[in-house]
Amino acid sequence: MSEPVALKLTAKDFKSDQEVRWCPGCGDYAILAAVQQFMPELNIPRENIVFVSGIGCSSRFPYYMNTYGMHSIHGRAPAIATGLSVSRPDLSVWVVTGDGDALSIGGNHLIHALRRNVNLKILLFNNRIYGLTKGQYSPTSEVGKITKSTPVGSADAPFNPLSLALGAEATFVGRTIDSDRKHLQSVLRAAAEHSGSAFVEIYQNCNIFNDGAFEQLKEPGTRDDYLIRLEHGQPITFGKDGQFCVVHPPGGFGLEVRETAATPAEEIVVHDATVADPAYAFALSRLPGFDLRNTPIGVFRSVRRPSYDSVVQGQLADARATVSETPEQQLAGLLGSGDTWTIVG
Amino acid sequence: MTKQIRQLERVVIRFAGDSGDGMQLTGDRFTSETAQLGNDISTLPNFPAEIRAPAGTLPGVSSFQVHFADYDILTPGDAPNVLVAMNPAALKANLTDLPRGADIIVNTDEFTKRNLAKVGYASSPLDDDTLAGYAVHPVALTSMTIGALAELDVSKKDAERAKNMFALGLLSWMYSRPYESTLRFLERKFAKRPELVAANVAAFKAGWNFGETTEDFAVRYEVKPAKMPPGTYRNITGNAALSLGLVAAGVRSGLPVFLGAYPITPASDILHELSKHKRFGVTTMQAEDEIAAIGAALGASYGGALGVTTTSGPGVALKGETISLAVALELPLVIVDVQRAGPSTGMPTKTEQADLNMALFGRHGEAPVAVIAPKSPSDCFHAALEAARIALTYRTPVILLSDNYVANGSEPWLLPEVESLPDLRVEFATAPNGEDGTTFLPYLRDPQTLARPWAVPGTPGLEHRIGGLEKADKTGDISYDPANHDYMVRTRAARIETIPVPDIEVEDPDGDARVLVLGWGSTYGPIGAACRALRQRGLPVAQAHLRHLAPMPANLGAVLRSYERVVIPEMNLGQLAHVIRGRYLVDAIGYNQVRGLPFTAAELETMLEEVLKNV
Repeated sequence: MSEPVALKLTAKDFKSDQEVRWCPGCGDYAILAAVQQFMPELNIPRENIVFVSGIGCSSRFPYYMNTYGMHSIHGRAPAIATGLSVSRPDLSVWVVTGDGDALSIGGNHLIHALRRNVNLKILLFNNRIYGLTKGQYSPTSEVGKITKSTPVGSADAPFNPLSLALGAEATFVGRTIDSDRKHLQSVLRAAAEHSGSAFVEIYQNCNIFNDGAFEQLKEPGTRDDYLIRLEHGQPITFGKDGQFCVVHPPGGFGLEVRETAATPAEEIVVHDATVADPAYAFALSRLPGFDLRNTPIGVFRSVRRPSYDSVVQGQLADARATVSETPEQQLAGLLGSGDTWTIVG
Repeated sequence: MTKQIRQLERVVIRFAGDSGDGMQLTGDRFTSETAQLGNDISTLPNFPAEIRAPAGTLPGVSSFQVHFADYDILTPGDAPNVLVAMNPAALKANLTDLPRGADIIVNTDEFTKRNLAKVGYASSPLDDDTLAGYAVHPVALTSMTIGALAELDVSKKDAERAKNMFALGLLSWMYSRPYESTLRFLERKFAKRPELVAANVAAFKAGWNFGETTEDFAVRYEVKPAKMPPGTYRNITGNAALSLGLVAAGVRSGLPVFLGAYPITPASDILHELSKHKRFGVTTMQAEDEIAAIGAALGASYGGALGVTTTSGPGVALKGETISLAVALELPLVIVDVQRAGPSTGMPTKTEQADLNMALFGRHGEAPVAVIAPKSPSDCFHAALEAARIALTYRTPVILLSDNYVANGSEPWLLPEVESLPDLRVEFATAPNGEDGTTFLPYLRDPQTLARPWAVPGTPGLEHRIGGLEKADKTGDISYDPANHDYMVRTRAARIETIPVPDIEVEDPDGDARVLVLGWGSTYGPIGAACRALRQRGLPVAQAHLRHLAPMPANLGAVLRSYERVVIPEMNLGQLAHVIRGRYLVDAIGYNQVRGLPFTAAELETMLEEVLKNV
């Protein structure tokens, strides 16, 4: 194989001619700009990139990307993208979805795409609210959320999207934040390099219906003490002065946060995204509470497993490897198979 | 002893037993032997949804009816001439369908006190006058089978299970069927267990020899080959023919076929069949649900494949939203609905035609699609090709309405020459179509077909976005413009309504009929048989059959208006009649039954005779 030709695309090449119509101040703008700026790095011709979305504010995303795109129906993007990806392994297929789209109406398709390990890059914009329908609570809203549809507080416990993805056997799971372009792009890069399903949760601010939902993670005064920036191969410490760390207490199932000063260095967990047992990444996903303290961002898990696409394409290739006839000859053979009889005129 | 040989024109045999007795297999083998002989055939399997209902009970009875004749026939027969009853439940469940004088072959070993009690027989019907007027042949099928296999190294259980082959051997002898294909079949089926090949072959031969030696069967029958058009034939079920039609559509279009499906009775066999044909580039995906199944198929169509999804009524209900999306996206998609009795789970293994309304109208918004229905098992092959042709040419979802009767029934199929099948090649868009030479307009239509360009991802310069939001004419951009929406709704309707479909043909041999019977789908056979019977009695009646339900043939209105009476028999409560009355202002009479079974020719003949009297 020859070296790929550098396409020399820029962010501008990925901007469509459509006027972007999210509310002013929406976190989606930052994500769109970050994605458009990141795309040239892939060095994939625009025509080979497809964005598929469902319904919701985030799902308008494909209209603004100058690639192929489909704005489909509520919750079904992973299913539609699966059919596309499996039948067209030459394409780079991205799914853009939200917390309502992916985790409520489309929950079934999401978990099955992940367990199949379809070669999709799934970006879930999580703003913990229904924006497009004007402010109902979502499956990631905290318990007791007061919204138009829950005037005395929501009664149901939310999903933790990363825990859910890990429970569904996802091979790549990451989290990032709309306002941190550099970090967002680093996670996109890792997701794009992953073969199989890559699930990326992006904390996204809805400034109209749930403003400030992730404020502690963004505010310069709090963010360093709240955020755990996962780095593969590095001990997990965080805080303004690295004063906190993550340990795996003996006898327990999960991970806990300690003060670094009081913890022997060898007890601090060294982050390894390639651990085969999803229990480790799951434990990471359970660290934050709903006050957002101890929120890990970065790549939680990245393991190798054959993608559904490659297995299906492999079966097709095997079946065709021995075929020497033309399709018409094969068809004639197939139609005339089984017990036949001939009537002579 | 030399047996008398009697010639018959036609015979209807029903094999009935417990669902574990292998009656479907037995019927299938008998059918295959009969096909080899060149008789015309029509079959009707009838089985419960339960895989193994409690043994020996009425709900557990499974049956297979085969009608064969020395002339061309249209139905599996109204009433059996011969019933093979493997146990008391099979006898009781089927006796009411049996005319007096019919032969009944019963497995006496199963007529125990316990089995009789299970079905509410106080005394054995073999001993009282229940079967008076029938020609009863008591045969100790189970014990004779076990006896015949005594020398073989098989368990008693396996020996007992071979009793269906004893029954098949006996019937094959009675009707002088060639059995070589059955022996070959057994060798293939039990290739990994040679002892079972030996056991089943021995059971078959024991049954054959029993017929030849016992005095109870004094007569042996022959049914001469039917006069059928020359060519090579095979016996085929509707589901198998439909599957092959989809494979053929892939070959003739040069496109990969992508099937997204979720298991559902009675459509699952299409998924099973297509999963075997990967060498044709057919991909099958067993999806997580009905919605994902059609979603994946639509995604594949978007990528340039022939997307197909197969299901039954409950599945179509779930797919409705995605069908509407496909209407908006204007992409090819074939949706196969093998109808079963509803509503809800209904009777999953029984037939019905009650999804017509859903196919025509069952979506939100103005969401017209093309709808076609095969009229017989072998017609499923051509209907699948026709569905693919319309979907690919006009870039539209097409609903193919099969039903359990054609799906599981079988008939001889004259194999078509591959070259004679329609050419389904399509042209993908490859270059910008805007006047400036650089712009791509995804909704700029072909003036003839009203189809929009099919620009598949991977094509440089044609990057575009499509979606469920209303689109501006030509550009495909999001549009809330009132006039544009009105135009797009009307255009989507027009592009279905203007699809050219063949004129409806009327069968009225003498041209003097005043009554027209209009049918659609699987009722073709029983309606045709009833009309023939009436004509033979000198009662003129015309028959026309709708294969295209949307759009309807251009001449349909004129045809309907040229008769004094139009009768529409349907296995629903009048869904086509409703459409016909609304569309053509024709005062059509419905004849409706929803028993989960096909019409009998006799009931239609009686009904039509009444209509004729009043014209």
